[in-house]
Amino acid sequence: MLTLLFDGVAYGMLLFILAIGLAVTLGLMNFINLAHGAFAMAGGYTTVLLMQHAGLPFLVCVPLAFVVTALLGGVMEFTLYRRMYDKPHLDQVLFSIGLTFMAVALVDFFVGSTQQLIQLPEFLKGRTELWDGALGMGHYRLAIILVCLVLALVLQRLLVRTRFGAQLRASVDNQRVASGMGIHVHKIFLSTFAVGSGLAGLGGALGAEVLGLDPTFPLKYMIYFLIVVAVGGTSTLSGPLLAALLLGIADVAGKYYVPKLGAFIVYSLMILILMWRPQGLFSRDGQ
Amino acid sequence: MSDTVLSCEDLVKRFGGITATDHVSLRIPRGARHALIGPNGAGKTTLINLLTGVLAPTQGRIQLLGEDISHLPPHQRVHRGLVRTFQINQLFEGLTPLQTLAMTVSQHLGQGGQWWQALGKSDAVIQRCEQLLAQFHLTEVMNQANHELAYGKRRLLEMAIALACEPRVLLLDEPVAGVPAGEREELLQTVAALPADVSVVLIEHDMDLVFKFAHSMTVLVQGAVLTEGTPEDIAADPRVREVYLGHGDSHG
Amino acid sequence: MSAAQRLRTMGQLRLWEVAVWILLLALPLLLPTHALLISEITIIALFAMSLDLILGYAGIVSLGHAAFFGMGAYNAALFAKHLNPDPLTGLVVAMAFSGVLGAVCSLGVLRGSDLTRIMVTLGVALLLQELANKLDGLTGGADGLQGVVMGPVFGHFEFDLFGQTAAWYALGITLLVFVMLRRLVHSPLGYSLQAIRDNRLRALAIGIPVHARLVVIYTLSAALAGLAGGLQAQTTGFASLDVFGFDRSADVLLMLVIGGTGWLWGGLIGAVVFKTLHSVISAWTPQYWTFWLGLFLVLLMMVGRERLLRPWGWGRKS
Repeated sequence: MLTLLFDGVAYGMLLFILAIGLAVTLGLMNFINLAHGAFAMAGGYTTVLLMQHAGLPFLVCVPLAFVVTALLGGVMEFTLYRRMYDKPHLDQVLFSIGLTFMAVALVDFFVGSTQQLIQLPEFLKGRTELWDGALGMGHYRLAIILVCLVLALVLQRLLVRTRFGAQLRASVDNQRVASGMGIHVHKIFLSTFAVGSGLAGLGGALGAEVLGLDPTFPLKYMIYFLIVVAVGGTSTLSGPLLAALLLGIADVAGKYYVPKLGAFIVYSLMILILMWRPQGLFSRDGQ
Repeated sequence: MSDTVLSCEDLVKRFGGITATDHVSLRIPRGARHALIGPNGAGKTTLINLLTGVLAPTQGRIQLLGEDISHLPPHQRVHRGLVRTFQINQLFEGLTPLQTLAMTVSQHLGQGGQWWQALGKSDAVIQRCEQLLAQFHLTEVMNQANHELAYGKRRLLEMAIALACEPRVLLLDEPVAGVPAGEREELLQTVAALPADVSVVLIEHDMDLVFKFAHSMTVLVQGAVLTEGTPEDIAADPRVREVYLGHGDSHG
Repeated sequence: MSAAQRLRTMGQLRLWEVAVWILLLALPLLLPTHALLISEITIIALFAMSLDLILGYAGIVSLGHAAFFGMGAYNAALFAKHLNPDPLTGLVVAMAFSGVLGAVCSLGVLRGSDLTRIMVTLGVALLLQELANKLDGLTGGADGLQGVVMGPVFGHFEFDLFGQTAAWYALGITLLVFVMLRRLVHSPLGYSLQAIRDNRLRALAIGIPVHARLVVIYTLSAALAGLAGGLQAQTTGFASLDVFGFDRSADVLLMLVIGGTGWLWGGLIGAVVFKTLHSVISAWTPQYWTFWLGLFLVLLMMVGRERLLRPWGWGRKS
């Protein structure tokens, strides 16, 4: 049972890193970006391709995945997304679905549709058993938890302690006032989108071993990212974190205890939560 | 003694640590021409939102035509005759003035839920629409989409919609806000020509309009009632002048 | 034209609309070899019309309308297989079940943001797909429900192999729905929906019972989607898991956007255009249809869907 909890926490932390960019984009630009999963996929494939063709070690590829995806995100924000900010949500949804379709097809065309396997470095493989096997901690999952925890703390500091963070929060609260105060809202958008996408890419790289990696990745996991954001809300950092952990644990536990029902439990929970509290479980604004 | 059509008792609204409405009590008599004034941030629009049911009060009661409506949903308050206009135009951008008014009139003739008959089939609806369009000088633009209308026309439509609801009590939130000086007269005359048995509460910054129109006034400062009385009383009250000192004579 | 004249002629069927419908009804006669395709497009158009009701007229963004389509399909198939092969009775059953589901789901889309609505609608469709998958004793699971044999329509018109009966059946039902919806969207109720779509706050402020109206229209929309699903199961003889699929919800949304929301014909036009695009592009690059579809979507959204066919298209932000 403890092992399940552990695995659930690892899954949840991973989901948090993957989804936080989506939460911030939605909260900041009021843009529903369903293509977020495609950035995660990009990070995963970057890692795989660099390892396979450039022979770079895993630990180098992961931060590179962040950089590459962040750059990709920045370029896309500047050229494409920027024009869509004022459009109705429906248009944004269809636009991002279109991008996702293109990404999926491109990856399928250039790399193929088979599952990509990642060779983890030796020290990350293996498992430690505690308390007579009551708690089995895979080393890789342990590493994921630690890395994501560190990232979460870094993000927290960034948002709360730095000027950039203050400007970001101001822009989220009220764009017009923020720009009236001289905050370069466009720059904030660009950098936030880039970092958010980069984090998704990082999550994709880290998660490839745990979640699998093939061209259908964005479509398969997008619903999970959306659940994290919808349930966790976009006004805090801790909301999505808690929501992600909840989701991770629920999913792992559900698949173990009631495999026949599988994802049914997760979907039902989400629907019930959203019907009870449409603004999300942890959101600050109550309507 | 004129009967009270709208009243609130000890109305309080708190948002977290902020008290936006602080124990406000009001009595609006039948046929009133009452103005609600106060500096920016005094809580006038919040009060309107409380009265119309958009916001739920933290404390206090609201009565309309003798009935307690404190927990009644907004659309039902409208059916009992409490109607408001908005300071920032709230129109249905995809519809035309004709469609907007026809729909509103149908709603208030009890045909709002009808799905089988076309909108324009009822003679009563057609008549009332023609009346309202003429009264608010919207006949020429009646088939233009609302989002294409000039600002002055939008403001007129804003008012027309409220009247189409056959109000007993009308709450006007800064009706001439943003209207160019040339078109204000048009709007002012329509406000002045409202039937005598419709009770009107007017929120305004434009003191000329207020003194021309109102028989009685309430001054709201920081969510609480400072004083009430006739325009002459208010004009002479030193506390009111102090509140407005430095703001000058604001012309909306 | 005076106000009176304008109001009196509002919503009347125009001559071209009657002409188009006469043409459509004649199609199974004119193109007998394409009868199956005619059925297919008609059913999709009906499905799109049901979505138009909530998207174009009430402003609810749904990514999971296939939930009701699938519900209708499986219910009609199971009903015909185990209880009664009469087609029209089956359709009533399909509509009833989907309508009830719609009423329940409507509670989830009343409040909250567009994102919440997207999530709830998406979630319900995924949920039902999972359910249909796991209850394979009943639904046939991943293999689908096969061997649905329908009785004759009105006890007289047998479903033939060429699909002509099916085509007329589908066209007839769709025409009935079209006429009904036409009356609805030009009624006071119909206009109140547009008011809710354009400005919910103001709709409340003029006395429209917003929640009640939304529940009614969502239920109706779900029932009609279920009707389309039922038609699908009846005319093809089977039902499979993809009736609940995200693809189906996304495709119908796209069709409606292409044809234009808020004017009922959007569904039909969008269905025809979409199907045509699909066959043309698939013939050219069979595996990479999704790429071209994606590109089309991106470009269309950037250009602005209002500029395509309708002078205005209002799917406002919440």
